[in-house]
Amino acid sequence: MNELIKFVEAENAARRAELPEFSAGDTINVSIKIREGAKERIQVFQGTVIQRRNSGAGEMFTVRKISNGIGVEKIFPLLSPNIDKIEVLRRGKVRRARLFYLRGKQGRAAKVKELVKKK
Amino acid sequence: MSGIIGKKIGMTSLYNADGSAVACTLIEAGPCVVTQVKTVEKEGYSAIQLGYGEKKEKHTTQPLLGHFKKAGTTPKKKLVEFRSFENELSLGEVVSAELFVEGDFVDAIGTSKGKGFQGVVKRHGFAGVGGQTHGQHNRGRHPGSIGACSFPSRVFKGIRMAGRTGGNRVKVQNLQVLKVYAEKNLIVVSGSIPGAKNSYVILEK
Repeated sequence: MNELIKFVEAENAARRAELPEFSAGDTINVSIKIREGAKERIQVFQGTVIQRRNSGAGEMFTVRKISNGIGVEKIFPLLSPNIDKIEVLRRGKVRRARLFYLRGKQGRAAKVKELVKKK
Repeated sequence: MSGIIGKKIGMTSLYNADGSAVACTLIEAGPCVVTQVKTVEKEGYSAIQLGYGEKKEKHTTQPLLGHFKKAGTTPKKKLVEFRSFENELSLGEVVSAELFVEGDFVDAIGTSKGKGFQGVVKRHGFAGVGGQTHGQHNRGRHPGSIGACSFPSRVFKGIRMAGRTGGNRVKVQNLQVLKVYAEKNLIVVSGSIPGAKNSYVILEK
């Protein structure tokens, strides 16, 4: 990437440092700022990260959850100022970077096993 | 109309105060040197000629070398004339990215990417046939009829057809200046601008 693009995107470094590391398979809480007129409230979206895509300023991630039996996915820009915070609840043990196969699964089959770090 | 010559660097995105992402283009603008001041008395019209980009002396013709020597600068790659510059400029003066401030609306002029010989669907936005059935099998992207019958017995001038596409001078108006990094000669404008990376861009205010 061009140095000047890196220079402009370096302004995101502080924002990036605030966010925890997470990858596909992790279960996370995304706190989203929602503005209703003058009021602002925070809504939490909890689910499994099924992909992270793009790099730099345009990095996005997709979170999937089952809400009342219906699969719901939300795509967030990683560096969006509308994301209040991200909490990692659980690391997932996965063998792929993109977990689109979860879309076709139901119940226990749609669960990602927890990653247990070996000593 | 004041302006500056620059080079397209590439694109990235920035976030607005309301959290929406804005696609933006980085332009390395200037520093440009005034290489000629044209006046009504001498040239018949008034204009400012700016030079941008270093060029080797051995690659410069003798007449141009003299032209640059008069302005007291090194040879420049790109020369562009601006009519009715807002500031009073004299020969050899430097115009930098500070000409623009954040929030300004500017026009960007560039040469669009050449696309070679293209059909009417890409070149003029024709809809094509729009189906594979009703007797079509090999003419899905054809232009259709280009005229009538024994009258007028010819094809009218200006009928849009296939041909060389792109590589034209294109101006994009009303791009907002989002950021100016004067020390890096860098200007960030909203939206996209014509041309490939490293191609010349003229920014006008």
